[in-house]
Amino acid sequence: MLKKLSIVAIAAALAAAPLPVLAQSKKDSVVMGMTLEPPGLDPTNAAAAAIAEVTLYNIYETLTKINEDGSVSPLLADSWTASPDLKTYTFKLHKGVKFQNGEAFDSAAVKFSFERNAAANSTNKDKSLFQAFEKVDAPDAGTIVITLKNSEPNLPFLLGQASASIVEPKSAATNITQPVGTGPYQLGAWAKGSSITLNKWADYRNPSAIKLSKVTIRFISDPAAQAAALLSGDVDAFPRIATRVVAQFKADPRFTVLIGGSKAKTIVAINEKKKPLDDVRVRRAILAAIDRKAMIEGAAEGFGTPIGSFYTPGSLGYVDTTAINPHDPEKAKKLLAEAGVTTPLELSLKLPPPPYARQGGEILAAQLAKVGINAKIENVEWAQWLSQAFAPNGPHNYDLTIVSHVEPFDLVKLTEPDFYLGYNSEAFNALYKQIVSTPDEAGRAKLLGDAQKMLATDAVAGFLFQPQWPTVINKKLKGVWKEVPQFENDLSAWSWE
Amino acid sequence: MSAQLSTPVDAPVAMRPLPPRTFWGRALRHRSFVLGGALSLLVVASALLSLVWTPWSPYEIDIASKLRPPSAAHWLGTDSFGRDIVSLLLAGARSTILVGIIAVSIGLSFGVCLGLIASAKRGWTEEIIMRFSDFTFAFPAVLSAIMLAAVAGPGMVTSIIAIGIFQIPTLTRLTRGSANAIWAREFVLAARASGKGAFRITIEHVLPNILSILIVQATIQFALAILAEAALSYLGLGTQPPQPSWGRMLNDAQTMLFQSPMLAVYPGAAIAIAVLGLNLLGDGLRDLLDPRLARER
Repeated sequence: MLKKLSIVAIAAALAAAPLPVLAQSKKDSVVMGMTLEPPGLDPTNAAAAAIAEVTLYNIYETLTKINEDGSVSPLLADSWTASPDLKTYTFKLHKGVKFQNGEAFDSAAVKFSFERNAAANSTNKDKSLFQAFEKVDAPDAGTIVITLKNSEPNLPFLLGQASASIVEPKSAATNITQPVGTGPYQLGAWAKGSSITLNKWADYRNPSAIKLSKVTIRFISDPAAQAAALLSGDVDAFPRIATRVVAQFKADPRFTVLIGGSKAKTIVAINEKKKPLDDVRVRRAILAAIDRKAMIEGAAEGFGTPIGSFYTPGSLGYVDTTAINPHDPEKAKKLLAEAGVTTPLELSLKLPPPPYARQGGEILAAQLAKVGINAKIENVEWAQWLSQAFAPNGPHNYDLTIVSHVEPFDLVKLTEPDFYLGYNSEAFNALYKQIVSTPDEAGRAKLLGDAQKMLATDAVAGFLFQPQWPTVINKKLKGVWKEVPQFENDLSAWSWE
Repeated sequence: MSAQLSTPVDAPVAMRPLPPRTFWGRALRHRSFVLGGALSLLVVASALLSLVWTPWSPYEIDIASKLRPPSAAHWLGTDSFGRDIVSLLLAGARSTILVGIIAVSIGLSFGVCLGLIASAKRGWTEEIIMRFSDFTFAFPAVLSAIMLAAVAGPGMVTSIIAIGIFQIPTLTRLTRGSANAIWAREFVLAARASGKGAFRITIEHVLPNILSILIVQATIQFALAILAEAALSYLGLGTQPPQPSWGRMLNDAQTMLFQSPMLAVYPGAAIAIAVLGLNLLGDGLRDLLDPRLARER
């Protein structure tokens, strides 16, 4: 009997033994793939979207949080109120928050962050937003009052973007390499050119809500290598993977494919400061030469919705303006003749590295060739593209380029005199001013519709499509966002099944 | 006096050109030469044909018919832009050969001149030329192309110059080595004794005697240039779109290896055929043009 009992006991012990082992091996880390490596880790001083993809809501936090559906919820601010004219906002800050270097988070840090973004030497990509602040007051440690020069109905949304990340005054200068924020993750290691490791910050205000203790972000720009990394299990999730490789994952039971909408606009930028592109007829001719459907199919494997203006479907006051400049090669030729352009018109076409630009560029060149425009393709790296074509103070040395503007609601960019498109329209600037000073939503929606039509009629750029971003993840990984209201990866929501 | 001497001096100059009948008779029996010649001819013929005719325009993009399998209309199917693969391969041969010819010409003109000068002058001139050549040799074509592309922007001209520069040191070394051997020969001594200057001796005696070696090496350099061009275009530094290029076809195909693996096979095979053909041709020419080997046979 004893013998039997001991056998049973041993069997039971053996059966029970693997349980703690299993519990220990339960995965609490994730390897995420990203196409581009960020140039630094301070989202308040550079425009690269890759910075936000690593840091936003992970290392740094903002007063508000933009959710998957585009709605805004509290983050570092518990609540906020706006004056009826939408010119004064009062934010009540969350209490008991600390920065990762031990300093307390309070209204002084918020005031410092926003004033730093507005400073003359600031390189914040939304500098104009912060310069539109009349003043930032901190009446007490838990309250911040922002007074704007003009009304801004979208302020809570805009303050949820990476460019409005709250930084700690003492560590702000070194955030590029040693980021310090209030978020749930800290920078563990950065192997330049290869990967970034984020470790869960033990002193986060709500540690139990964070499931993953370690996230490794690997940078893989080559589409075939992206697919191979997922297939081999080296990478568990790849947000915004190259569209070309998505098809093979749809039928694979190990993976989930999420196709998300975006607020991004992929456009053929036209340099309006150069002749003969300053002539609206020439720009209209370029637009008439473009077959958007072929562009979406060829540049993004069909993952896109055609747009006719600098605004995306699903946003407040969206109107379909694709019919204003339809695909009509004959009309394009006539417009060029009308403008007195001798064909073939020689133009340069600078293409940054993403597939939508490189693939789209070849299609665009072929479409333009049919109407007598000879677009000479020049493939450039991001750094070159930013310095030569895009930089606000740069030489804007390009004729045509293809790029995706991923920031939501950035009509304001077209009012900036040094924006790379060179569209300086008094009428549009006045209309935009009217939009932001109209508090009621219906009135604003109508004006937004007018603005979209104006941009389409002025052929400000070759508005191509609103991209859809595919994300491929391991089937067991939960909490990954499908929709992409802005470029970010909210790791605090991720967990293994 | 000089008239009397000129006969015996000139006699051994060029390794006596073989009678054409004998050359071609031997050539046609040489397997490497025939196979290499046929493959090279195929590539050249494709390039020439593409100047006047391709089944479809290699620039015509037709997204609706992208990634089609081989059919009667598109013999090898279409690529991700709906372009006809056969047309792209034919037109790609043109870019490849153009880059190859110009780059090898750059290499030959500079390399041979420098090698001959080094050999004729000796001393410091030779030292400087050879050390400079060692220095250049240390930079692979891809590296010099990246440097050039950073300065002048990527493109066919950049890749031609980079590949051409990369060819110079090889040809300088080869020319100098071979020329040194000729300078030590008795007929050169005789020519010097008769009062001919270094320049004349180089042109009349040295160059003709090393020509066969240079022809063989040029063939092999051509093959290397094709590989380098494909590599540079693959990296995006060479031929720019929409100009068809085998290297760029490989690059395009790479992103779709899982869906359409054949897209990578076709340009890969074209590059292999061209390089193999030229290497075999070079081997064959070496055998046929080398008098010692000819005598042994």
